[in-house]
This record gives sequence, C-alpha cells and structure tokens, in this order.
Amino acid sequence: MNVIHSTPFTDAILARGLTKSFGGTRVLSGIDLTVPTGSLLALLGPNGSGKTTTVRILTTLLPPDGGTATVAGHDVTRAGPQVRRAIGLTSQQATVDPLLTGRENLELFAGLCHLGRRQARRRAAELLERFGLDGAADRRAGTYSGGMRRRLDLAASMVSAPRILFLDEPTTGLDPRSRAGLWSVIRELLASGTTILLTTQYLEEADHLADRVVVIDGGRVVADDSPAALKRQVGSERLALRPANPADLPRAGATLPAAHLDPGSGELTLALQGPDHLRHTLDLLHGAGIPIERVELRTPTMDDVFFELTTVAA
Amino acid sequence: MSSPSITAAGDLRRLVGRDLRRELRVLDGLIVNTALPVMIMLMFVYVFGGAITTGSSGLDYIDFVVPAVLLMSGGYGAALTAVTIAEDMTGGMIDRFRTLPISGWVVPAGHVVASVIRNVASSAIALAAALLLGFRPDATLTDWALVLALVTGYVLAMSALAAVWGLLVRSSQAAGAFSFVVLFLPYVSDGIVPAQTMPGLLRDFAYNQPLTPIIETMRSLLLGLPMGSSAAVATAWLAGAVVVCVPVAAVLFRRRTASR
Repeated sequence: MNVIHSTPFTDAILARGLTKSFGGTRVLSGIDLTVPTGSLLALLGPNGSGKTTTVRILTTLLPPDGGTATVAGHDVTRAGPQVRRAIGLTSQQATVDPLLTGRENLELFAGLCHLGRRQARRRAAELLERFGLDGAADRRAGTYSGGMRRRLDLAASMVSAPRILFLDEPTTGLDPRSRAGLWSVIRELLASGTTILLTTQYLEEADHLADRVVVIDGGRVVADDSPAALKRQVGSERLALRPANPADLPRAGATLPAAHLDPGSGELTLALQGPDHLRHTLDLLHGAGIPIERVELRTPTMDDVFFELTTVAA
Repeated sequence: MSSPSITAAGDLRRLVGRDLRRELRVLDGLIVNTALPVMIMLMFVYVFGGAITTGSSGLDYIDFVVPAVLLMSGGYGAALTAVTIAEDMTGGMIDRFRTLPISGWVVPAGHVVASVIRNVASSAIALAAALLLGFRPDATLTDWALVLALVTGYVLAMSALAAVWGLLVRSSQAAGAFSFVVLFLPYVSDGIVPAQTMPGLLRDFAYNQPLTPIIETMRSLLLGLPMGSSAAVATAWLAGAVVVCVPVAAVLFRRRTASR
C-alpha cells in the first residue's frame, strides 16, 4: 500500500482546466477544482451550468475533452478502476431498483462490491439503520417517499465505505423536512472523515454544509471561496425596494450604485449588510426625494448570486 | 483477491438473481412466463386446431403445432429482455453499476442469462400443458436433450437479439416493439399451418426463415420422424445469431456508456 501512495495526497479531488463539448456546444470551458481530503466542497450553479458534467467526468462516467483530474490520487482517464474503488456516487436520477426492497438493493450492491454474503448482510443492516430506513427496509424501494429514496441512494453509495463521495443535487425536489434530514446525514458522513463534493442550486444548502463553495455558470468558475466570504459579497439577505413612481427607478439606481435595477418589476434589489445598512439606504432615498411604496427582505436567490458575482468581476 | 473471471462469474450470478427476483414481483412478467404459454397451447389446440389440417404430413394437429408453441412461449419473454435492458440504460441504474468495481458487460449479460432461465422454464410449462392435452411424443432421452438444447439456443439467440435492440433504442417503450417481431415470426413459418398452403411469396419466406428448420428439427426429434438437412440449418441460424449479436451488443454497450 505505502508503495503506491508513497507521496500522500492532501487533495482528494484535483481538477485543472476541464473542458467538454457535446455536439459542438461547449459545456465546460476550463473548470478548476481543489477539494482537500476530509472537506466538503459545494459546486453551486443553475441548471445547465455544467455541474452534472463535471461530476460525471470526476466519477469516470464521461471522458473530458481536455484538462486533467485526479481523484484519490488516481487519474480519472487513465486509472478508472482505481478511482471507482475509492468513490461513491449519488446521481440525480434514482440509482436503486424500485422492484427490490431497500435491504435487497443494499445487499445486491454490497455483493457487487465483493463483500461476502454475511458481511454484505451486516453492511446493509448497518446502513439502513444509519440512514433511518430500518422501518422501511423490507418494503420495495418504489414505494419510498422522495426523501427516503434519496437516503437509500446515499446508503447505496456508502456500501463500499468510499473515502470520497459525489452527491449530484441530493436535495432537489425534497420538502424542507426531508432536506434537513439529508443535511444531517451528510454532516455525519463529513464528520466521519469522508470527503464530499456536492452540487446544488441552493445557496442556503452550500452555506449550511460546505467548507468551500465553487460557483459555476456557463461552464466556467465564477467564484471559489468560503461560504462566509461569498455571503459577505452577496449579503445574507436581499433588500427589494419599489419606488412609488416607476419613473424614479433610474434616479434611485444612481443614488444606490450597488443596486440591481429590474424595470420589469419596477424594483431595485441589493445585498443587505445589516440593520444600519437598511436605515442608511432608506435615508439616502429619502434625501434624494424618492418615495418608496414597498420594502421587502428576501433570502438571496441564485439570480442574486450571479448578479453580484458577475458585477464584481466586471 | 480472486481471479477476474471468478469475480465476474459471481457478479453475473448476483445480477441474474436480481433479474429473477424482479420478475417474480411484476404481474405482467409472471403472466408472460406462466399463464401465457398455457393459453397459447390451449388456443392452438382447441380454437384453431379443429379447422387446420396438417396437409401431407398426416399428423394430429397437436403433434404438429407443439414445437411452434414451445418457441412462441419462450420467445415472447426473451423479447422483453430489450425492455429490461433499456430500463437499466435509460435510468440511473447504469450509473450505479458503472461506479461499482464490476465489468460493465455483466449488466446486459445478466439480463440475457436470466431471460434464458425464465423462458426455457416457460417452454417447459407449455410442454406440460401439451402433455395434459394429449400430446404423445415418441422421443428418446437423447432426443429430449437435443430439443432442450434447441429451445435454449432459440431463447438465447432471441434474448441476444433483444439485447442488441434494447441497447440501440433510447426508451423502454421503443424497446417493447421488438416483441412484435418475435410474436409474428412463427405465424409465417411451417410451425402453425403447413407452409405449402401459403401464397408464393409468403411460402418462400416461410421455408427460408430460421424458425422453419428449428421447428422441423424439433418435430423430427419429438415424433421420431426422419430428419433432413433441417438440423444443420437450424444450428447454423442459432449459432450465427449468437456469434453476431454478442460482439455487436458489446460494442453498443461500450458506445452507450462512453458517450453520455
């Protein structure tokens, strides 16, 4: 063993300049990622930004057109089998057999990871309990709720006790309670030393779980920072203001240069840095003689993130 | 670490087990594999049997039709292999399998092997029904072994063809279309009505398609009739289908799993 890993790797996942096109359409234009061992990196981006393609390349399901990537110290294009032995993947689609029970699914995958029969049975029971599925273990997976199915998917990815786990939008479409349940499971996995790369469309999710957030858009990294730093940039809350007279909108924009104008809704929005900032903003508008009809606080959406990040970069 | 071939055999066994277990849980699957063979046999013997004469062969209709019904019973289920493979390929299952330390080819191979087990059993059910309905074969143990080999070969060839089709199409609905081919082929053979009663073009097709020599060979074996060149032609068709389909399926599987 120590011969193979004579230089211990500190980064579980390392990608440099990954590119990929499908039928002439560029999907990735040079993605760089570094995930230190034992940490969680969130890959944040809207639909079609290249998140899933990146995950498929890193999990050896798709060859990149250009660039290099190593996972667990092995090159993904040249050492696929070694990479696959070190990783688990939960993709967006259901990756369990709906006609088999939860237990049968896990025992099948454990067998395919070449655990002995008794060992496979023990591992399946252990995972069912750990992921809160022991009550439903002998029901067909097809009858599971969305949250249960995701937990079973996750358990299936953990059968081989991988050191590195890839989760492709693990909570998309789940209700808030199931999402919170899945988050606590992910946190436990992280605490037990698993390195995790997860993709998400939710800033909140990245903020809750990640040590580091890489924001991608149009196949390009637009930000790579800690959640705290990212939030400082975006603001933990967005302030939306609507002038009573829509004609005042450009003037309001000139008064608040950091704000984003949306002529469609007649609103301007900006990152809110705290109560003082709110008072100061309203004072500025009052001083400029712009009456405000409506004031609203919102949690930032992906649109807000991209607005902030692209304007900062510009 | 055991040798790669022993590991692959174990993986194949697990995937075959998965497939057979699934089959027992789907009502359609159970019906296709147990009730359908009996119903086909009943229909041919009692519904059509009275109206069809077996021409110059002078056989009772039940003796004439049993080989074709055995093939129909196994063939329909074999065609559904296309659907099970397409379901694995179009859903997330294939991603799960591909991130496991197994050779990819065992996934379609598992479906094919499970299909052979299932559908040879269906043919056996059809045979049991035939015996109850008055089918009186005149075959030695060797003849029975050869009949089993032919049915197995036919089911294997059809499953392998279905696997190719299942890997070619992009949805399980399209995969289902393959059943029609397998369902209608026996009608235009010498298996259900004597081909000599058909109009010219159909008769030529019937005599030259693979099912006719397979059925004629089975008839000779089961009824102790003289056998012409049909055994050699039947073997050539079946062996040819398997030899062509396996590498084509392997190439298609590699293409499908590389480009997504």
